[in-house]
Amino acid sequence: MTVDRRWRITLRTVALGYLALLLVIPIGLVFYRTFEHGVMAVWDSVTTPAAISAFWLTITVTLIAVPLNTIFGVLCALALARGRFRGKPILNAIIDLPFAISPVVIGLALVLVYGRGGWLGDLPFQVIFAVPGIVLATIFVSVPFVVREVTPVLMEIGDEQEQAASTLGANRWQTFWRITLPAIRWGVAYGIVLSVARCIGEFGAVSVVSGKISGETETLTLLVEERFQNFDLAGAYAASALLALIALGTLLAMTKINPRRDDE
Amino acid sequence: MIAVRDVRKSFGDFVALDNVSLEIPDGSLTSLLGPSGSGKSTLLRIIAGLEEPDQGTVEIHGDDATRVPPQRRGIGFVFQHYAAFKHMTVRDNVAFGMKIRKQPKQRVQERVDELLEVVGLAGYQQRYPNQLSGGQRQRMALARALAVEPRVLLLDEPFGALDAKVRAELREWLRRLHDEVHVTTVLVTHDQEEAMTVSDHIAVMDHGRIEQVGGPVELYDRPANPFVMSFLGPVSKVGERLVRPHDITLSLTPDDCGQQATVTRVVHLGFEVRVELEVEGEGSVSAQMTRYEAEQLELVEQDVVWVRATGRTAVPA
Repeated sequence: MTVDRRWRITLRTVALGYLALLLVIPIGLVFYRTFEHGVMAVWDSVTTPAAISAFWLTITVTLIAVPLNTIFGVLCALALARGRFRGKPILNAIIDLPFAISPVVIGLALVLVYGRGGWLGDLPFQVIFAVPGIVLATIFVSVPFVVREVTPVLMEIGDEQEQAASTLGANRWQTFWRITLPAIRWGVAYGIVLSVARCIGEFGAVSVVSGKISGETETLTLLVEERFQNFDLAGAYAASALLALIALGTLLAMTKINPRRDDE
Repeated sequence: MIAVRDVRKSFGDFVALDNVSLEIPDGSLTSLLGPSGSGKSTLLRIIAGLEEPDQGTVEIHGDDATRVPPQRRGIGFVFQHYAAFKHMTVRDNVAFGMKIRKQPKQRVQERVDELLEVVGLAGYQQRYPNQLSGGQRQRMALARALAVEPRVLLLDEPFGALDAKVRAELREWLRRLHDEVHVTTVLVTHDQEEAMTVSDHIAVMDHGRIEQVGGPVELYDRPANPFVMSFLGPVSKVGERLVRPHDITLSLTPDDCGQQATVTRVVHLGFEVRVELEVEGEGSVSAQMTRYEAEQLELVEQDVVWVRATGRTAVPA
């Protein structure tokens, strides 16, 4: 018994220590450093025109990318879990591509396609070094989250409830809204939280396609980097704290929207 | 009437239904009985429209329903694992079909209460399915299926996931319910006792074919072949025939047409006694008799007796 307990305590210490070293201490330090010189200094550094523009750009990109990926993700998960078609393994593999490929490579790929001289380089509006490019890159890197969260949930619940709904007279649309969606809502919610986190935090792909024009195509993560490079550490910390707050806000919002986590 | 004509269905290489034809009379309770893989569930799902046949037709009350989607067949379907809508209360589960049909709220409310009364779940309106026992969930599923006033009620091994006692209760209850409601009902089961207890007609299935259709007594007394005979109850092989163990007579003296056998075991089952015998040159046979008959014979192990099949039910092995 005592050996058992000692083991448990040791394991717990190791696990918590690991988390503390890698996550809690660095993030805590960011917050500490941010507010080291008082709240006013932070306020000033997150309300500069460049910071405000970066903030809204990040929010806008996220608000475009996340809903699109949520709709696509749920459809894709339905196809993977319920559909019977050839090429399913291929679709399955393609969805994981953004996980497998480095974001920088994704950025470069987008430049090759949409940049000057690329396949789609002659569109009437500018894609690369402009907002559409940032949106594309962000969508690309956050594609897998909703699919990967929702597919196993769909597999797990099976299709009996959907069949029951159809025998009771519900058409596909009614079945989806009344039966399927409520059953997978936790998977969708998790997928959204992860997608939002990825969208606001994306750096590599965005940094390649954005051109980093301050006040125009600079997202929050790019702003953090820029300030860091210019030895404006306090400014970098403040922008980082803002990023963390957005993420936290999303998490809280999701818990509010889905208050009842029933033991299904 | 439900009429299934020359229906064929395969899943890949596996032939689930091999030219099946069956007529189910109005107002009856008909069982599809067979071992797993016999195609009984597939046949039920084809009647429901949840599967499409490769060939053949399904008629429900005179209308060709073969290509009609399940939503418009006027059916109620009950699944083995309840298929309860987990995020809805019992009330919302039962009301689902009526709400889809946009029936007035007042009427939905009344009908739900009425149905929950019928299935013995009055007072459970606000519960969630995970707060109900398996038997209660299945009764809720039945109320949900009945709420849309189906022309046909289809039950896919509805009691298969329940324990023996609840199962026997629900079986009785289903029969009484059917006698009250009189909706044409098709029940899929692998349990011959269940089929015998509740059905007006039984279709015995094996390997995607219907082996025999008839009333419970008819099937038990006049099975068409060894499969039906052995699926509906225990059998013993005496000579070249299959007979019921209770149709075997033992005597202590040599008999004209009897075979000599040695008693290997005597098992007391309460009112009945099962005698295990070793027939010379043929192997083991079991005979069943009343306790009174057994006492008359005073059998013990290693006794030599003569075995004769006397009952009217026998098929060539």
